[in-house]
Amino acid sequence: MSTTVDFTELSAKHTGEANKSRLKARYWAEIRLKAYGIAAIGVAAFALVLLLSTIITKTASVVYEKYITLEATIEVSDRDRERLADENPRMRANLRRVVQASIANAIPGEIGRRESRQANSILSGDAGLFLGDQVKADSSLIGQTIEFDALLDDNMQLYLKGIVGRPEEIKSSGPLSVTAPDEDGVVTATFDPSDIGAIFQAIREQRADDAARARSEQRRQQNAVDVTEALLLEAEGEEERAAVQTRLDNFVAARDRAEAQADELMRLATVIGEDVRYTLTESDPSLLMRAGPGWLKLTEVERGEATGTIYLPLSDGEPAAAEFAEGEWQAYIMERPEATRLQSDRQVVWMENFEDRGLIKEVLNTRILTQSDSASAELAGIWGAVVGSFWTMMVTFLLAFPLGVMASIYLEEFAPKNRVTDLIEVNINNLAAVPSIVFGLLGLAIFVSGVPVNIFGNEFTIGGFLPRSSPLAGGAVLALMTLPTIIIAGRASIRAVPPSIRDAALGLGASKLQTATHHVLPLAMPGILTGSIIGMAQALGETAPLLLVGMNSFIQEPPADPLSPGNVLPTLIYQWNSNSERLFDDKTAAAISILLIFLVLMNALAVLLRKRFERRW
Amino acid sequence: MTDTTNTQAETAEQQNGTGEIDSAAAIAANKTPATSGEVKIHCVDVDVFYGETQAIKKVSIDIEDKAVTAFIGPSGCGKSTFLRCLNRMNDTIDICRVTGQIVLDGGDIYDADVDPVQLRARVGMVFQKPNPFPKSIYENVAYGPKIHGLAGSKAELDSIVEQSLKRAALWDEVKDRLDSPGTGLSGGQQQRLCIARAVATAPEVLLMDEPCSALDPIATAQVEELIDELRQSYSVVIVTHSMQQAARVSQKTAFFHLGLMLEYDDTGKIFTAPSHEKTQQYITGRFG
Repeated sequence: MSTTVDFTELSAKHTGEANKSRLKARYWAEIRLKAYGIAAIGVAAFALVLLLSTIITKTASVVYEKYITLEATIEVSDRDRERLADENPRMRANLRRVVQASIANAIPGEIGRRESRQANSILSGDAGLFLGDQVKADSSLIGQTIEFDALLDDNMQLYLKGIVGRPEEIKSSGPLSVTAPDEDGVVTATFDPSDIGAIFQAIREQRADDAARARSEQRRQQNAVDVTEALLLEAEGEEERAAVQTRLDNFVAARDRAEAQADELMRLATVIGEDVRYTLTESDPSLLMRAGPGWLKLTEVERGEATGTIYLPLSDGEPAAAEFAEGEWQAYIMERPEATRLQSDRQVVWMENFEDRGLIKEVLNTRILTQSDSASAELAGIWGAVVGSFWTMMVTFLLAFPLGVMASIYLEEFAPKNRVTDLIEVNINNLAAVPSIVFGLLGLAIFVSGVPVNIFGNEFTIGGFLPRSSPLAGGAVLALMTLPTIIIAGRASIRAVPPSIRDAALGLGASKLQTATHHVLPLAMPGILTGSIIGMAQALGETAPLLLVGMNSFIQEPPADPLSPGNVLPTLIYQWNSNSERLFDDKTAAAISILLIFLVLMNALAVLLRKRFERRW
Repeated sequence: MTDTTNTQAETAEQQNGTGEIDSAAAIAANKTPATSGEVKIHCVDVDVFYGETQAIKKVSIDIEDKAVTAFIGPSGCGKSTFLRCLNRMNDTIDICRVTGQIVLDGGDIYDADVDPVQLRARVGMVFQKPNPFPKSIYENVAYGPKIHGLAGSKAELDSIVEQSLKRAALWDEVKDRLDSPGTGLSGGQQQRLCIARAVATAPEVLLMDEPCSALDPIATAQVEELIDELRQSYSVVIVTHSMQQAARVSQKTAFFHLGLMLEYDDTGKIFTAPSHEKTQQYITGRFG
């Protein structure tokens, strides 16, 4: 214990060898720590960039929407004429037939019954209504032939944006000769045997892929066979043995089927493009030929010859045999098989034709901002959800802000410091960390459904006074969730008001209430507002509790007041995201972008308030 | 080597201390204690407890009207605590408990029927650090009269503000910018603004808790001059660490030590012929 220490010796250690290595280790530790920090920031930044770029690129694809310019003679039925004359703007006429006639006109050549259904689905389901609105606004159009823009169906819009790929040209060098079509429009095309080799290559690859898939299925079944064989050895009793044997037989059969399929596919993969005539199926890439003004789709191919169906007439006059020199015709391959996309080959050909003729128009998409939800992806917009979010936020603010401010000023300025207030404080702090869905459950039980109570045989319900799906119910739930945030922020900023201000006011003979309302609260208000805005921003992005009170309903109109059913932006995003239409994906990204813009604006406001009113005492 | 330095420093300190006391005594001696002798606040056996700790022990003192009473003593001796008893500012501290009698103009201020808010309107207070409200100069001064309903009209309020600022010797400096924030003034101006604010509620007693400790000598001199003027109409109680200041501005001085009031007498007497040994030691700079 009492060893004497020579401090001169200790001092010498500062310059010793050991110290140098210690110093080195210290520097290393610092460099390592810095590197970890930079790496962490890098990962976070990368994730952020990835997220933002995904959202922005997806959003960018719905900034414009596609229309087709059509010509139509406005002929209306008596019923529609009545509707068009009605003053009430909610009475809309659907000029479906007019629109359908004009799309049929726009397609060159005759189209049959089956094709006309495909033709009609090029346009949005509401195209007739929009034309009706146009006519209603200007009734002089009735009976006239006009040009109008019709909104394209979501699948066609996606096609034009290249989501499912576009036909890719394949090199061809020689001339093409096409026979006259028979009554089904089937023709035989002959071309240089060296042409369109890439088509065979593509189909071969496709077949090889399918074969590999069949092989893996075969292996899977083989496993089952192995396992079942082992079971068969362990099986006891005649009955059990028979049951296992049946299973084994099934597996063996399945394996053999898969094997045979794989073998056949492999064989096809090697012989396609040789002298074999190959029939294309729906699961193969589509082969299309453009010749002159027309298009044909190939159904059977071999070297130098193919059978195809005329999709668009190859000449303007009567159908006849035709010859095309090099450069007058092109072959195309559409990699994605027809069976796996929502745009048929016919529609693909039509869209290409429309685009060549300059009928397709790109218009800034205001619909997404001004329209409400719809079952059709091309018609859906966020306006209803924006209005719903607005009402919900109003309710949340009006409930949570005054309550939060009053609670925090009471707790900070008036409440005695004792166990009860300590308990309240701990509870409020913990409330801020409660998962939001719990608030949703609470809100559902108390605000919406009500809690049935039975006291001594008297049955009654507590709560249940707010309508389901209403912004009022949603706002009340979010207010519960935001309250702790506001109270915590409020208390922190009230505590930040220096005591000297309170002393000054009290010393002048101001009462506690006057001190609080005249001096403390105004000084704390920027802080309270900042906290509230951040709490509100959090509430604006909240989804889970609102799902529980039914704010995820499909609602096609913006709520007129806080009591009518509505949804909010996050629940709309949730709904859109679970929709199967591909265009909803992009619209979801657009809705997310708009929500993010709101959130950024709110946070910017909070930062601005903090900067503007930052005070130094 | 260190030893030598220490000795030198001690010597210097002693010399300095002696010099200070001499000048303080000289100032005090030069002054005629022009007190009226009327008692404004009569305190008997005042005890103050913070929880279990007793901060003030059996202090009895009579504070005179139209005079400046200075409380001096080493840090932590309870002089500020006692000052805050005089307008019940200690009520704002939960664990603080006051017993004994403090009688202002014949009424015990700790009576159950006395409203501390009303009391503070009669007994104003100026704090150690200038603490103007972050509002305009005008608003700062007008706040007291407003909440106590002292002014019947805007014009009356204006004249209260003007007169208060004049009494605080600040009017000339701020009359052109009454709407600018009070926090934008210099330290000395801020403290005078606080005095003007306290004066504006028309108190009878003005309590000052080390009003010059955050000020430079020039501002201090201005505030001291002001205190001397305020004495004409108020009973002023000032807590100070500077014995020279006590000697300069006060007529009566009370010396506190460890929660006890050891001596209370005319300022001149305290600084020239203190009766208590501790007072003697304190004013000559032996401790504190």
